[in-house]
Amino acid sequence: MSATALNSATHDHGHDHSHDAKENAVFGFWIYLMTDCILFASLFATYAVMRHNYADGPTGKELFDLKYVFIETMFLLFSSFSNGFAMISMHRKDRFGTLKWLALTAVLGLGFVGMEVNEFTHLVVEGNGPDRSGFLSSFFTLVATHGAHVSVGLIWMAVMMGQLYFRGITPAITSRLMRLSLFWHFLDIVWIMVFTVVYLMGVL
Amino acid sequence: MQGHTEHANVTSSSNTTGFVISLMLTLISFGMVASGQFSTPLTLSVIVTMAVLQVIAQMHFFLHLDTSSGQRWNLMSLIYTLTIIVFLVVGTLWIMYNTGIRMMPMMH
Repeated sequence: MSATALNSATHDHGHDHSHDAKENAVFGFWIYLMTDCILFASLFATYAVMRHNYADGPTGKELFDLKYVFIETMFLLFSSFSNGFAMISMHRKDRFGTLKWLALTAVLGLGFVGMEVNEFTHLVVEGNGPDRSGFLSSFFTLVATHGAHVSVGLIWMAVMMGQLYFRGITPAITSRLMRLSLFWHFLDIVWIMVFTVVYLMGVL
Repeated sequence: MQGHTEHANVTSSSNTTGFVISLMLTLISFGMVASGQFSTPLTLSVIVTMAVLQVIAQMHFFLHLDTSSGQRWNLMSLIYTLTIIVFLVVGTLWIMYNTGIRMMPMMH
């Protein structure tokens, strides 16, 4: 099935991306996301093993502020929502609508990253950095890996906004935006597990 | 045909439905933990259930993943990944828990 799709793509010199090639690119990206799931699962497993290794340091109950985490969660959820609208505008071939929604998604994503950087800075300044205990090492590794993904997503989003602005909605850009959208929704799904396993279970 | 995720069938209503469901499930989880009025085992089972439901809801409404034939390869790779994750996480916890128990006398 994929061989047919690839063949039709190579014979289809007229377009810069045939329909099947675009679908294959999205499927390939989906496979990457599946490997990323395994990366996160390893970090979650490490965190689950280390979560009570406080080394006489602070516990999650002492460090985590649920209201703060709730606002972070809302930033990410609303950004996933506005990203959905960006995709709808893209399918309608509405270039400036897509740009507007992507800009909102990026602002909300930036709010999330900003809040996380602020949280980490406070922890480190108060002496509760990743070197404090096994619990904090695994906490920083897991949460910062997610944060790094979101930050890379933001850079990608900025690049795509530039391409959209200058080139419009071309088949190649549509394909890239579809993959970016998958990535963004995927990060929100990983965050559901982060706030449940790390923060909510941490204060229980 | 494969890789139908995020296809042209993205609709405003599915996006909004997914958002409202996610928002409600998030509120239930945070609300229950913040209230502190429920027993730990009950709270734990509820927040885990809410998380699983929200993951499924977002996969369905945001990623448009379903059991249709167009989604076959996406779904197959997801099921394969989930199997690996279960081995990885359950295996790690099992081994490390046992190691922890065996190490106990040495700690004193």
